[in-house]
Amino acid sequence: MSGAICESYAVEAGAFGTAGEASGKIKGVLRKLGVPSALIRRVAVASYEVELNLVIHSLGGTIDLSVEPGSVVLDVADRGPGIPDLALAMQEGWSTASDEVRMLGFGAGMGLPNMKRNADEFAIQSEMGVGTRIHMRFRSPEGTGT
Amino acid sequence: MTIRELADLTGATIVTKTVDADREVKCGYACDLLSWVMARGREGMAWVTVQAHMNAVAVAVLADMSCVAAAEGVKFDEAVVQKAEEEGVALLETSKSAYEVAGLLYGAGVR
Repeated sequence: MSGAICESYAVEAGAFGTAGEASGKIKGVLRKLGVPSALIRRVAVASYEVELNLVIHSLGGTIDLSVEPGSVVLDVADRGPGIPDLALAMQEGWSTASDEVRMLGFGAGMGLPNMKRNADEFAIQSEMGVGTRIHMRFRSPEGTGT
Repeated sequence: MTIRELADLTGATIVTKTVDADREVKCGYACDLLSWVMARGREGMAWVTVQAHMNAVAVAVLADMSCVAAAEGVKFDEAVVQKAEEEGVALLETSKSAYEVAGLLYGAGVR
């Protein structure tokens, strides 16, 4: 593959009915580009988790997908409210999700840890009242290309 | 084991009409927390859960699962069935508990 492919997907706050659609589209793009399935799977897990975080916790945001030679990049930005304690938010099992959301099977406190586990690069910045930004890079296994 | 054989074994009803019920089930998993399922979901998996909403289908699709079995008499809404048919994931409904369904699958060699 040559050249970079860039796509952007908007995710609305509270839109549980359509949650997962952006991740489905990202997966579809990667499939069409012939990205190895093991790499697609890691991106799919992380993109779904971040999409659900946008739906559950944010005021809405965007997921930007870039496909570069040798790697896939997700850059996520929301419009707030921000995460007050990032170290706590990164802990497995920690969640501020409501009981209603938990009844749907969300809010296990696995979102951010699942993203970090599946990405080769993971960076998160958050400012209260401004928003949260997450950068994730997924490298293709040596020799398989993207 | 195929999805159809899984349905026969567990007394489940296949509620998707257009999805290939002869697709192979390669492994199984039982859990109701979507992040856990997302982390452990695999291609060809049969997932037993009481989550029968749209996001269960999204998780199954992203993980390339064969089917989702709703346990304990939980029913899928028509819109959820339609979405699953569009995405090619079979949906099953059973009155048995997730524990019973998982036990039957495990006993039949689905690991």
